Amino acid sequence: MADLSCKIAGISSPNPFWLASAPPTDKRYNVERAFEAGWGGVVWKTLGEDGPPIVNVSSRYGSVDFNGQRMMGFNNIELITDRPLQINLDEITAVKKAWPDRALVVSLMVPCTEQAWKDILKKVEQTGCDGVELNFGCPHGMSERGMGAAVGQVPEYIQEVTEWCKVHTDLPVFVKLTPNISDIRRPARAAFDGGADAVSLINTINSIVSIDLDIMAPTPTVAGKGVHGGYCGPAVKPIALSMVSEIARDPHTRNLPISGIGGIGDWRDAAEYISLGCGSVQVCTAAMRYGFRIIDDMVDGLNNWMDEKGYATLEDFRGAAIPNVTDWQYLDLNYKTIAAIDQETCIECGLCHITCEDTSHQAISASKDENGKRTYTVIDEECVGCNLCYLVCPVPKCISMNEVDNGLPYLNWTEHPNNPMK
Amino acid sequence: MSIDIRCARLDPEEISRNYSELHTPLTELQAIQESARCLFCHDAPCTEACPTDIDIPGFIRKIASGNVKGAANTILSENIMGNTCGNVCPVEELCEQVCVKKTAEEKPVVIGQLQRYATDHVLENWIQLFQRAPQSGKKAAVVGGGPAGLSCAHRLAMLGHEVTLYESRDKPGGLNEYGLAAYKMLDDRAAREIAYILDIGGINIMTGKTLGKDFELAELRRDYDAVFIGLGHNAVNALGLENEAVDGAHNAVDFIELIRQEDLSTLPVGRQVIIIGGGNTAIDMAVQIKKLGAESVTMVYRRGLDEMGATEYEQQVAQTNGVLIRTHAKPHRILTLDDQLNAVEFEYTQNDADGRLTGSGEKFVLPADQLFKAIGQALDATPLDGEETPEISHGRIKVDESQHTSLPDVWAGGDCTAGKDLTVTAVQDGKIAATSMNEYLNHG
Repeated sequence: MADLSCKIAGISSPNPFWLASAPPTDKRYNVERAFEAGWGGVVWKTLGEDGPPIVNVSSRYGSVDFNGQRMMGFNNIELITDRPLQINLDEITAVKKAWPDRALVVSLMVPCTEQAWKDILKKVEQTGCDGVELNFGCPHGMSERGMGAAVGQVPEYIQEVTEWCKVHTDLPVFVKLTPNISDIRRPARAAFDGGADAVSLINTINSIVSIDLDIMAPTPTVAGKGVHGGYCGPAVKPIALSMVSEIARDPHTRNLPISGIGGIGDWRDAAEYISLGCGSVQVCTAAMRYGFRIIDDMVDGLNNWMDEKGYATLEDFRGAAIPNVTDWQYLDLNYKTIAAIDQETCIECGLCHITCEDTSHQAISASKDENGKRTYTVIDEECVGCNLCYLVCPVPKCISMNEVDNGLPYLNWTEHPNNPMK
Repeated sequence: MSIDIRCARLDPEEISRNYSELHTPLTELQAIQESARCLFCHDAPCTEACPTDIDIPGFIRKIASGNVKGAANTILSENIMGNTCGNVCPVEELCEQVCVKKTAEEKPVVIGQLQRYATDHVLENWIQLFQRAPQSGKKAAVVGGGPAGLSCAHRLAMLGHEVTLYESRDKPGGLNEYGLAAYKMLDDRAAREIAYILDIGGINIMTGKTLGKDFELAELRRDYDAVFIGLGHNAVNALGLENEAVDGAHNAVDFIELIRQEDLSTLPVGRQVIIIGGGNTAIDMAVQIKKLGAESVTMVYRRGLDEMGATEYEQQVAQTNGVLIRTHAKPHRILTLDDQLNAVEFEYTQNDADGRLTGSGEKFVLPADQLFKAIGQALDATPLDGEETPEISHGRIKVDESQHTSLPDVWAGGDCTAGKDLTVTAVQDGKIAATSMNEYLNHG
C-alpha cells in the first residue's frame, strides 16, 4: 500500500484530498461528516469580517448537462458564509480539536484594509486551524463590493494583502487565485512576492450556464433575473490544469506550493494535478453531486494506481509531468504519427471518415462492398496525425496513432527553415 | 412407441455451440458505458437487495474511474465467490430488480455482468487481494466444500485461524462445481475461483471424506476449537409414485452433475423428455437437455407460472430454448414398456375452496423417453447423528442470526439451513458464521 500522506506549506494531512472552500465546508456538521468519510482536509467556507452576516439568494446553482450526464459543468451565485462569525470560529475550534490529524484551513475575505485583515487573522488564529486561504477569487457579488476577484485581478493588491497577512499571522498563508485574468502567472508571482506559502487554484470562472428561453433570463434565476456565476466541475479541469502548469513552470514561482482545484472528481484527476506539481487537491462539485463517499474510490484508486506504478509516496511522482510541459516552439516538428484502424474491432459507424473528410485532411477513405459491409481505411500519405479520428472513434483501442520512424532528427520551430525569425 | 435414448444426438460442435456462454463477458467499452449509467445512489436499493451486502454503487464507481482492482476488492471483501455470483445470481429478482434505472428507464444497470467484469480482472491476472492475519493458534473444521463452507473457510483463514475442510466428493466447489448450469459456468470458472480462495493459505482440504461415514461430528468437536457445517442438500425429494426408479427416470441434480463433469457427447439423451418441477433446477435441466439435442422437452409444474420458484427471466430462458412449460398438472403414474420408462400420466390440478392444491380427476398422458425429477432437495440429517446433535427445525439445521446452531461450538449455513437456496446466500451464511466463530475463538 502506497503512503498517501501529504504535506503542503507545512500542513500535513493523511491524504491529499481536501474539500474546497464552498457550501460543503460551511458548517461543523458537514465538515465532520466529510472527515468521517475519510477526507484528508477541508478549507472552511470563506469567513467575512464581524458584523451583520451576508445575505444569500434563493436559487443559487446552475448546471450544464451533457448527453444525459448531469453537472458536467456547475455554477453558483452563492456568497461567502452567511452565518455569524463567532459561530464559525467556535465550530472551527471544535472540529480541529476533534480531528487533529486532518488539515483545516480557513478561507477569508475581508475589505482591503490592513486593519480588517489583522482583525480577522487574530480571531482565526485562536481556533487552532492549520492555515488560512485568502479568497481573491470569488467572481460574483463580493467582487462588486471590492473583494474577491476584484482583488485577485490586480496583482498589486494581491501582493499587498498577502504581505499584511504574513505580518499579522504565523499561520501558513494560501492565496486562492481567480482564473478570470489573462495571464495566471502575474497574480501567482504577486502572491509569491507577497510571501504566500502556497497558491490555490483555480477559483470559479465567470459564467452563465444557460438562458431559460421561456422567461428569457439566465439560470439560476432569482425572481426573473440572473447574474453571471462561478463555473466549476469537470468542464473546467483543462483550464485549471493549464494554469497550474504555467505556475509550476514559471521560474519565478517554480517552487511555490500549489493546492490544485478544478473539476477533480476521481483519483485520476487528482493524480494529474499532482503530476503537475500540486501538493494537495481540492474538491467541491463532485462531492456536491454525489456526497462525501466519493472519497473511498479517490483514496483506493490512487493507492492502487501508485502501487501499480511503483510510487511509494506522492513525492515520487509529484511534478513528474512538469518537464514535459513545454512551449509550442520546442515541439519536435519532425515527429510523425499516423492513424491505423483495426478492422477487427471497427463497428462501421463511419465517424472517423466523415469528420476527417469534412473537417480535416481527407485521409480516411470509405468503401462499401456488395454485402453492405463498410470499410474505412487510412490513407497514410494524407494523414497528418492530428488525432481527430482517434478521438471520435467510439470503440476503445480501435483506432491507434502510431509513430512513424522517418529517420529525421529532432527539429523545433526555432531552428526550422520556414521560421522567418530564425 | 419405441423408446429412443441416444448419446450424441447432435454433433459435438453443435453441442459445444449450444453450451457457449449465456452472457458473453462485457467489453471494456460496455463496462465503461454501463458503469456510467449507474447513478451512485445513496442507501442504494441494489445493495439492500444483495444477500452479501456488496456496496454495488461503490464498486461500479470504481470501474468507472478505472480502478477495476479496487472494484473487485469491494465485491470480494463481501462475497468471495463474487465471480460466480456475477454469472449465476438471479439478479433479476435481487439487485437488478430494484435498480433505480429500471424504474427510470425500464432497463437496470447490468450489475451482475459488471461484477463479473471486475472480478474477472483479478482472477485472470491472479491479483491476490487478501492476506491472512497473524496466526491465532486456533483450529476450525468446515464440513462441506460448497459455497457456504468455502466462504466460511476463507474468512476464518483470513482472520488467522487454521482450517481443515472436509469434502465428500473428489473436489471442492459443491453446487458451483457440480450443480450450476454448464452454460453459466463455462470452462474452469468454478475451479479457478476455488483456487483463488484457497490461495490465501491456511485451508487444508480433505476430499473424499464424508460426515457420518468417515468421521463423526463428535470427533470434530473434540479435535477442533469450532466447527462449521455446510452439508448442503444431501437428499432429493421423491414423487411418491410407483416405478419411480425405472430406467429412464433420473434425479435432475444427478444428471446436471454429469453434464458438468462428463464429456457431453457421452450422455444419454431422450427424444421426448419430461421435467417435473418449477424451480431453477428444473429450468437448468430442461434447457441443458434441450441443448444436448432432445427433440421435445416439456416442463410440467403442478401450480401456475406465478408460483414457480424459477424467476420470470429463467422461464424466458427455457422458452427461448424451445422448452414447453405446462402448468397445473401433477404426475399420477409412470408408464413403462419392457421395464423402461415410456410415458407419464398426469392429472390436472386445481385449488380447492381452502386454497389447497388437489387433482381435478382429469388426466392426460405425455410420452417420454426420459423423466427428470426436479421437485426439490432436502437435508438428510442422519450424518449428524451422535451423542449430541444440533437441533433440526423444519427439516433444516436450526441456526440463529449468527448462523450458530444449538451446540456452543458448532455453526451451520448454506442449503442445510433455512433461507433461499442460492450460492449468494450460502456465501453470506459462511461469512456471517466465520465472523461469529472468530469472536468465539478469540474470546471463548
